[in-house]
Amino acid sequence: MIQFSKICKRYPGGYEALKNVSFEIAEGEMIFLTGHSGAGKSTLLKLVAAIERPNSGSIVVKGQNVSSIKGGALPYLRRNLGLIFQDHKILFDRSVFDNVMLPLQICGFDHRESAKRVRAALDKVGLLKHEKTSPIALSGGEQQLLCIARAIVNRPSILLADEPTGNLDLDYARDIMNIFNSFHQVGVTLLISSHDESILRQFKGRVLALKNGMLCP
Amino acid sequence: MKNLLVSHVHVLRLTLRRFLTTPLSSLLNILVFGIALSLPAGMYLLLKSVQSLAEKEVGSQQISIFLSMDASRDEVTKIGKQLKQHVGINQVKFVPRDQALEQLKQTTGLTDVIGGMAENPLPDAYIVYPETSDAQALEALRDELQKWPNFEHVQLDSAWAYKLEAMLKFGLLAVFFLAVLLSFALVAVTFNTIRLQILTQREEIEVSKLIGATNAFIRRPFLYFGLLQGLLGGAAAWLLITVSLYLLNNSLSELTQLYTSNFALQLPSVGDSSTLLLLSAYLGWLGAWLSVAQHLWKIEPR
Repeated sequence: MIQFSKICKRYPGGYEALKNVSFEIAEGEMIFLTGHSGAGKSTLLKLVAAIERPNSGSIVVKGQNVSSIKGGALPYLRRNLGLIFQDHKILFDRSVFDNVMLPLQICGFDHRESAKRVRAALDKVGLLKHEKTSPIALSGGEQQLLCIARAIVNRPSILLADEPTGNLDLDYARDIMNIFNSFHQVGVTLLISSHDESILRQFKGRVLALKNGMLCP
Repeated sequence: MKNLLVSHVHVLRLTLRRFLTTPLSSLLNILVFGIALSLPAGMYLLLKSVQSLAEKEVGSQQISIFLSMDASRDEVTKIGKQLKQHVGINQVKFVPRDQALEQLKQTTGLTDVIGGMAENPLPDAYIVYPETSDAQALEALRDELQKWPNFEHVQLDSAWAYKLEAMLKFGLLAVFFLAVLLSFALVAVTFNTIRLQILTQREEIEVSKLIGATNAFIRRPFLYFGLLQGLLGGAAAWLLITVSLYLLNNSLSELTQLYTSNFALQLPSVGDSSTLLLLSAYLGWLGAWLSVAQHLWKIEPR
């Protein structure tokens, strides 16, 4: 499903975020990406979604070579991915419902069909009662849940989550991990990064540990 | 196909909402379009009205020849024959002095004044219709006739119309330059409006790109906005022009009645109106397109 071979990523200025990283993720796997902050977890996730490009090596996602993908094909790659960000990237000028609606509008879905899907996604994360409120009224944990609802409304086959439980208290963190686990059970491929290994130990999943930009054996 | 339609309808709704969220600035922008376009378009229509008047006069080519008062009857008839034999002349009409006086009485109503005069002050006259309608050939013919004996005054009746037409052509050119300059200004206005919109919607653009929006999808609402602003601005210009021409015609009709003429300014025709609307919509679209091309690629998610 996701294949990295000999990936190096150097940022302008000379900082080397990833050094010769190779791994493979099979379909339906749940992967925990761990490591101290600055180890290269975010960079690795950004490479999968082609937000950053590698300096060398190749990345293949769903049979598509992402490292050399053209700008025109990029949107269609991202529609297959559900992206969950640590800083949520929620739009505060519209309601909770409209935030989740955005990916479906982008894909040009029929309005009535998408409304059903949006409610289903909000129900899944437990935010259905807040559908008409502004995201600004939500707590940090609820905003993270909203971000998850937006990522899954498109029913992507791959979910990428960058520190989804960072800054959250233990209850929310466990809720969110439970939601991820339920996606794992229906066959979604998940790649979840976290610096907090204690919460990951409660769930079954392969661990990829990064240290100073290299994979620990 | 249906999806495409749905998304276009969605974008249109979004665009209208953007208009309504900033009603004052939208209104001002539309007004800027309206005023800037009504200036050259209104002047163009005025010039065209005057031009149609001039064309009517140019259409009836004629040379009036006024004979000297002391020419005898025989001389007058001889001149008439000579004129008819002239190759450059198509038709000759004789206006005897008595008939001319009678006509003057009827058209001006100055019966009392004319009746009080001891003798007829008007000369015999010939009205000559030349073969050619070329301005230079007409002038040459006039100059030639001027040299004939017993001709007191030879007048090319359409000369003033030619002069007016030449001036109008110059005026139209000036209006054209003004229109080009103002078009640039309108493109610049839209460019800046859209630039501000892109900056305030930076976050939305970024997130949309992250979740798989194509560039066309992101571009669309801005282009629609420019197009709609241009179209509404064109409509405003049309309204301004039509209302002012209507008001001008009202006061003009009082004036023209005094001159027993039925001259009136032409209101914009269907063709003129649609050209105006299309042009202003295009200018809005162009400004938006340039702005989007300039600014959108700079916003990449990090």
